[in-house]
Amino acid sequence: MKGNEAIAEAAIRCGVDGYFGYPITPQSEIMETLMLLRPWETTGMVVLQAESEIASINMVYGGAGCGKKVMTTSSSPGVSLMQEGLTYLAGAELPCVVVNVVRGGPGLGTIQPAQSDYFQSTKGGGHGDYNLIVLAPSSVQEMADFVELAFDLAFKYRNPAMILTDGMIGQMMEKVEMKPFKPRWTNEEIEQLSPWSTTGKSAARERNIITSVELDPLAFETFNKKLQAKYRKMEQEEVRFETFECDDAEYLLVAYGSSARICQKSVQLLRAKGIKAGLLRPITLFPFPTKQIAELAGQVKGILSVELSAGQMVEDVRLAVNGKVKVEHYGRMGGMVHSPEEVVEALEKKIIGG
Amino acid sequence: MSIEIKDIIKPENLVYQKSSLLTDRVMHYCPGCSHGVVNRLIAEVIEELGIQNETIGVTPVGCSVLLYNYIDVDWHEAAHGRAPAVGTGIKRLRPDRYVFTYQGDGDLAAIGTAETIHACNRGENIVMIFINNGIYGMTGGQMAPTTLQGMNTSTSPFGRDLARDGNPLKMTEIVAQLPGTCYVTRQAVHTAAAVRKTKKALFKAFENQKLNKGTSFVEVVSTCSSGWKLTPVQSNKWMEENMFPYYPLGDLKDK
Repeated sequence: MKGNEAIAEAAIRCGVDGYFGYPITPQSEIMETLMLLRPWETTGMVVLQAESEIASINMVYGGAGCGKKVMTTSSSPGVSLMQEGLTYLAGAELPCVVVNVVRGGPGLGTIQPAQSDYFQSTKGGGHGDYNLIVLAPSSVQEMADFVELAFDLAFKYRNPAMILTDGMIGQMMEKVEMKPFKPRWTNEEIEQLSPWSTTGKSAARERNIITSVELDPLAFETFNKKLQAKYRKMEQEEVRFETFECDDAEYLLVAYGSSARICQKSVQLLRAKGIKAGLLRPITLFPFPTKQIAELAGQVKGILSVELSAGQMVEDVRLAVNGKVKVEHYGRMGGMVHSPEEVVEALEKKIIGG
Repeated sequence: MSIEIKDIIKPENLVYQKSSLLTDRVMHYCPGCSHGVVNRLIAEVIEELGIQNETIGVTPVGCSVLLYNYIDVDWHEAAHGRAPAVGTGIKRLRPDRYVFTYQGDGDLAAIGTAETIHACNRGENIVMIFINNGIYGMTGGQMAPTTLQGMNTSTSPFGRDLARDGNPLKMTEIVAQLPGTCYVTRQAVHTAAAVRKTKKALFKAFENQKLNKGTSFVEVVSTCSSGWKLTPVQSNKWMEENMFPYYPLGDLKDK
């Protein structure tokens, strides 16, 4: 099935309570699939087409505040519209899942794949100091698996989680092994699992208020420190990555998602030429595998960060490497996708020969 | 035999008391503002319907942003204008709960126009309460979508100019046209009689939700003494003379 369809199927199977969305290419198949599958007749999952991405993310805010597993999906221009909602969700410490099937920008841009929303996704995106948990699948199987993983992390940390993918993975067809159906949480279970949620004030507890407003600056600084401590904990405990041919690597490629698939082939081409190259694929973009890249920087002669962008992730790679070895960026833009050979050539020119 | 005060203060003589849902927090509203009265009416209606444990409210951005401090139910504080979308999310996932939104004119009729119209058009089974005082109160008295022609505000210091600023928006008339709304009414709280009528309207709105009838929309034409730069008494008079002719009170729809 397609990557987009896998997201929809996995959402129903992992017990999602609600989906709110607005059509945008290249991810409309997600809501289309959900509407065809009619989960409200089986699991009871709500699926609603909203009037805008702004409304979608605020419907998510409402559902998430009730302790429900709710999600939305969109693509770059739509996700830009959701940034207000995302900062409110982060500020109110609400768990939810947002999928961004990235297309080339800026502006209305193109409907072809890109990875140019890295900054927006990993550095907050809206106003204020906050981070999303960001997962980057590189296969249709991971599109399916990461829906549940994203919800697990979102609820563990009471924080919005994003699946950052692109039109290539969204539209690509691969075999997928689906997990069995999990029942949705009952309202009683939600009261136990999420005692902060607005389930209706019982006599046994104080009223629950889902809010991100705090007019006392000292109290708000304290709250911000609590948020930051949460993000530091994620950096300690939730970094996920994968390495390919790194044991004896002299040159390192760093790439995520669709670009990592291309780079895997580039590593094989380089090795066939006698160049010992390896690949590190960050699976979590926030938290970023800083420590792992820093360690590899002690082993390799140079690093190429490969991304379908003008060079966004390369900044985090450089921060990790901290000047130990040369770090350069390579990537096509605007919906163009680099070939494995282009990556090989870039490594040879920018790192080995440079 | 003379009656002493202690003979009068007895439980059986009690004719009115504060709703048990109203907290002891001192309200931050200015003297003469309608918000406090409407907040109190909501608390009374929820209490009298016995639905405190089943009610989830949504507050806006505006003077009533801190409404959750005053009424003892579960709350969501929404982004500016987004309360109807937030309310939609809550109600769709908890159809067993009473959901209401509370918004001012800037929130509901300017930045949140799309969310308002589409929630009403879908017939979301919620109560929407709309406080219309024709001005942005919290930010210091700027022009609102409902500011009357010629009315002075800090961003229309020489009066609202229709050629430049457009006409005051009659949101309640707009949503009354939508098939999704079941009850659309415009009330006020400037006299004891008007307060009683508004309370009745709120009762009906919450009862409609129980009957799953669709969106109930209750506008309360309100005063903003600070923004209007009038005393509370002058504000009520000004509202009657200027607001009511453009925003006439009464039911627009009741089905």
